[in-house]
Amino acid sequence: MSQPAMINRYRWYELVGIYAGIFVFLSFILSPFVEGFLVSLKPLGLLFSSPYRFWPEDGSFEAYRTMWVSVPGFARYIFNSFFISTIVTAVVLVLVVPSAYAFARFKFRGSGALLAAFLAVNMFSGAVLLIPLFRLMRSLGVLNTYFAMIVPGVAFLIPSGIWLLRTYMMRIPRELDEAAFVDGASHFYTLRRVILPIAMPGITVVAITTFIGSYAQQFIFALTFNSKTEYMPLPIGLYAYFGRQEVIWNELMAASFVGIAPAVILIFLMQRYLVAGLTAGAVKQ
Amino acid sequence: MSVRRSTVIFAWILLLPAVLYVTVIVAYPLVDTFILSFTDASLKKTTKWVGTANYDKIFNATFAEVILRTFVWTAFSVAIKMIIGTFGAVMLNAAVPGRSLFRVLTMPPWIVPMAIGIFMWGWMYNGQFGMISGMLQNWGLADGPVAFLAHGSTAFWATIITDVWIGVPLVTLYMLASMQAIPQDLYEAAWTDGAGRFYRFRRITLPLLVPSMITMSMLSLIATFNSFDIIWILTQGGPNGDTTTMIIDTYRTAIGSKKYGEGAARAVLICIFLSIFCIAYFRVTHRLASGESR
Repeated sequence: MSQPAMINRYRWYELVGIYAGIFVFLSFILSPFVEGFLVSLKPLGLLFSSPYRFWPEDGSFEAYRTMWVSVPGFARYIFNSFFISTIVTAVVLVLVVPSAYAFARFKFRGSGALLAAFLAVNMFSGAVLLIPLFRLMRSLGVLNTYFAMIVPGVAFLIPSGIWLLRTYMMRIPRELDEAAFVDGASHFYTLRRVILPIAMPGITVVAITTFIGSYAQQFIFALTFNSKTEYMPLPIGLYAYFGRQEVIWNELMAASFVGIAPAVILIFLMQRYLVAGLTAGAVKQ
Repeated sequence: MSVRRSTVIFAWILLLPAVLYVTVIVAYPLVDTFILSFTDASLKKTTKWVGTANYDKIFNATFAEVILRTFVWTAFSVAIKMIIGTFGAVMLNAAVPGRSLFRVLTMPPWIVPMAIGIFMWGWMYNGQFGMISGMLQNWGLADGPVAFLAHGSTAFWATIITDVWIGVPLVTLYMLASMQAIPQDLYEAAWTDGAGRFYRFRRITLPLLVPSMITMSMLSLIATFNSFDIIWILTQGGPNGDTTTMIIDTYRTAIGSKKYGEGAARAVLICIFLSIFCIAYFRVTHRLASGESR
């Protein structure tokens, strides 16, 4: 048996301790989801019964059927969320890929300060800039359009994208693009034909994290810049529903689970790349 | 020489679109916020220069309370996030069967749209029918329903716990990655010398994690200070303003009451705090990075 394997052999009480620790930790993480899911299965009567009952006796998926009707515009919210996140991701990629390459390969006067300035953007939340952005959107006459939700969203996702992709590109051997350049290829040709194909996995991670980030941030900009039901992304659509007098909780939870399912499935499929990509920049600095 | 110059020009061409974008959407609004904070801008058509009147108005007892509350809220949230997140990372770093599944299971709060996770907490905290109140009653720990979001002190902690819940996965993954970056031969050497598991953890793992902990705390501090969605969805800053942080107060003033000038003054104050955090963050990470290479 190899040495590391022997180091890592646990005694029975250590194993019990570790599994107990993991159980407590994951209980905290997962309890809202477990409770939310059970609520989505419970008939309303059971939900509002006293004493509280954890397990849904005679539970059913009824709420998953009825919520399409009682949460008006649900399908539209999902479409809006995906639409907004897709456009945001596309714009972010167009802006981030060349910038990340420039930061990864070229050192010139001011490049360090510029990189720091991009990172500083990450630290200001949208809430701080809401007033001028609101006035800007109003004077452009784009309040209550997709535009007003997409444009500010992009700005706050550029820095983390640059950071991630820059780290990834710095690991691509310099000799590759230098060789192409020496062979007479232009800078632009080198970027397009040499770097882009190799950087594809990194670009994919940026695309996924940007998509999730955009999906997650669809609250404050939508809350402030849009009041039209037809343009509401899912979080705001459900929030509007949530704010009404009589909340049909089992249907709200059913709607939440349907709304997050596609994103969760996508991420679980990609999780290996995601964790590797996200932590690469963090640890390597 | 001319090659170098063309390289610099090419670099700038690559950077230009992103720089322009961020300038228009972030830098210009920052400047505009600063200018607005000296005016009485509101829904009215005309805007008058009022000097520091907005700043004079915000420095009162109520706002001092908001600032203090923001810092207390942030401090507790970050501290609890770091403790739970590091604890989770240590547990998930153990080589036990099923750990890759457990690692995936830490991610949901981070990848699910924030607002939806918060709705779930909203139900958990529900006084009449929510899980926490229900369980407490079933176990005989509470006499009647506990409406967590209806009372100042419980609402304050309820919003902190939800913020912790959302932030923990990132801390866990980051700390986990940092632990895995520790060279394995350190452990092997210590093991050969007969050092026990706890000793190895205390003498190797913990000290080497300190730089990552500091970096993560700083990042977490900035994100937590900026936290809006959680408080807004759960309590909107209530009850009686007991969960009103600076961000919430700014939003209420500027967007809620349409007092753009007064809101902008608050936003400028937030920017000043954030800048201090930013500078501290860059300093700290810089020092850590140069310390490691020595």
